[in-house]
Amino acid sequence: MLAYIARRAVLAVITMAAISVLSFIIIQAPPGDFVDAYIANLSASGSSVSAEEARGLRILYGLDQPIYVQYVKWMSRVLVGDFGESMEWHRPVAEVIGDRLWLTVALSLAALILTWGIALPLGIYSAVRQYSVMDYILTTISFIGLAVPNFLLALVIMYFAFVLFGANVGGLFSSEFDLAPWSLAKAWDLIKHLPLPAVILALAGTAQLIRIMRANLLDELRKPYVITARAKGLPEWRVIMKYPVRAALNPFASTIAYLFPYLVSGSIIISLVLSLPTVGPLLLKALIAQDMFLAGTIVLLLGVMTVIGTFISDLVLMWVDPRIRHELD
Amino acid sequence: MPPILMVDLMTTSQPLLSVKNLKTYFALDDGVVKAVDGVSFDIHAGRTLGIVGESGCGKSITARTILGIVDRPGRIEGGEIWLTRQAEDGTPYQTDLLTLPLEGSEMRAIRGKEIALVFQEPMASFSHYYTVGNQIMESILLHTALGEEGARQRAIDLLGMVGVPKPERRIDDYPFQLSGGLRQRVMIAMALACDPHVLIADEPTTALDVTTQAQVLNLLQTIQKERALSVILITHDMGVIAEMADDVVVMYLGRAVERGPVDAIFYDPKHPYTKALLRSIPSITAKPRTKLATLEGSIPHPFARPKGCPFHPRCAEAIKGVCDRYEPVPIAQGEGRDVSCFLYGGQP
Ligand SMILES: Nc1ncnc2c1ncn2[C@@H]1O[C@H](COP(=O)(O)OP(=O)(O)OP(=O)(O)O)[C@@H](O)[C@H]1O
Ligand SMILES: [Mg+2]
Repeated sequence: MLAYIARRAVLAVITMAAISVLSFIIIQAPPGDFVDAYIANLSASGSSVSAEEARGLRILYGLDQPIYVQYVKWMSRVLVGDFGESMEWHRPVAEVIGDRLWLTVALSLAALILTWGIALPLGIYSAVRQYSVMDYILTTISFIGLAVPNFLLALVIMYFAFVLFGANVGGLFSSEFDLAPWSLAKAWDLIKHLPLPAVILALAGTAQLIRIMRANLLDELRKPYVITARAKGLPEWRVIMKYPVRAALNPFASTIAYLFPYLVSGSIIISLVLSLPTVGPLLLKALIAQDMFLAGTIVLLLGVMTVIGTFISDLVLMWVDPRIRHELD
Repeated sequence: MPPILMVDLMTTSQPLLSVKNLKTYFALDDGVVKAVDGVSFDIHAGRTLGIVGESGCGKSITARTILGIVDRPGRIEGGEIWLTRQAEDGTPYQTDLLTLPLEGSEMRAIRGKEIALVFQEPMASFSHYYTVGNQIMESILLHTALGEEGARQRAIDLLGMVGVPKPERRIDDYPFQLSGGLRQRVMIAMALACDPHVLIADEPTTALDVTTQAQVLNLLQTIQKERALSVILITHDMGVIAEMADDVVVMYLGRAVERGPVDAIFYDPKHPYTKALLRSIPSITAKPRTKLATLEGSIPHPFARPKGCPFHPRCAEAIKGVCDRYEPVPIAQGEGRDVSCFLYGGQP
């Protein structure tokens, strides 16, 4: 088993290296570079940049060198924790992402906990009381939830929150704290702003999760081992929680793989709609501006999180599923 | 208040378990499946009752109905299940299990403690997320005063008793690590965990190879003698019945069509269905490679239960205008025997 884990770890490192190359290529893929985008931007607003200045900028950012030289230079700095300078923000990439990263993780984590906290009990209830009135209600709601695009849901909730409660849902801070340095007052302001976006983000995933949990559990409820447990004289809720629910939760271990990148990026579309300062919209802007190091770092981060998530989900699967554990021995 | 009998459980002539006119139906979208439709039988202390019948005749559902663990959309529609029990001072009394709330604590205290079940598919009947020790100890912890340590020791003893080698190591195995035969032994150990009075074994050997089958049947026989256990043995194999049973109930489409002591049933079968089942046993004297006699026709679709005697469309001896119209009732055939068939009288 340890040998397997070691093999997986080595594989993960190799995958990460491959991802770094890929993300660099992807960043370079659109025609033109940051300077082109910069010039286009300036000329759109009426000013112009001379060819001389453009060359100067390219040399400054190392854009005049062959792509593999750029990659090696970037990677050798990334490995020591220097992700380069954001061309658009004129600040180190680490700093630009930094603040947003923690906000994103906090928000995504809150949303995830809410999603699971709401969806799993409802899914269990729906399956155990299949075809009850409540099951039909939940089924209807979750189909509506599945059919409605998440950003629309966000807009609708935002509208009602504003009309009914006068709450301004956009953003994570009140305007007076937006640019202020961290303080107790700012933290409190954040805590006040966090719940609504977290709920909106959570609702988006809830409908689907209810359906998955219900389907998983319905499959398990039909299996003979449930009858065995009942025949022992266990109370029904203990039968259900210990055996079929346990089995129905097992497949979720593999979803950890994609939860990890989600944690750091958040939902891009919902973040845009709610103007949340998370990493997702930052990536979008960086890609449009061809802000190479910033975009590259975020894509790399997402890739690395996916690899780590996959690795951890394998470990968790091994931990929760005795059959997998024993196959490896 | 149930009638109180001032006799010991073993010596009473009162059956330990008496099932009367039991009915369990499944209301499906396309119609009602009468899985169990008026079955009646008695089990006496220390004896083995064989329930035999083709696949789908309601044997498993009968077993589950007795324990009150029928899955939705199944519903127990009627009948009585009288269980002879012992009060704390040792006096026996009887309870109709169907009058107890299905999810109540009294019914749960009977499940696994007084009546235990052994299943058809040992592989699917265990959860693969817990060790066999965990799953055996669960009932011990639930029904007895033993703590964690004591329950573990008892589980190890039980595993040893059913012939699991190195029980103190096997107890920490997961079900998928065991062979089919061992799994069924563990299942038996689990059923015996709380010293039940009645053991219902639902096709305990169907999933096993022939050698293992014989071993598991032997084990059941030994345990039954040692503990004076009452066993309900469900099977569709007349050979198993011949070897194991004292009394036999022949089921067809949710009913008992013939009941009696095993010898009487084998040497003098009355019901045409019983005769057909007996012809289907391969005999040692049969020439090799001759085709096994199989039952004529197939079981009717569950929704399309024939009118009259449910067996008449497949019956060579059916009486026109009688069997296809009227339902036969049990007719006594001497010592503890009866048959539901118009060939033996009974007024339509
Ligand atoms: N969950 C269910 N839903 C609908 N019908 C069911 C259900 N369970 C059992 N039945 C029906 O009840 C009838 C009796 O089933 P049962 O499992 O008792 O048969 P059996 O005699 O044990 O057969 P086998 O020898 O195959 O185990 C069958 O016709 C079956 O279709
Ligand atoms: Mg069965």
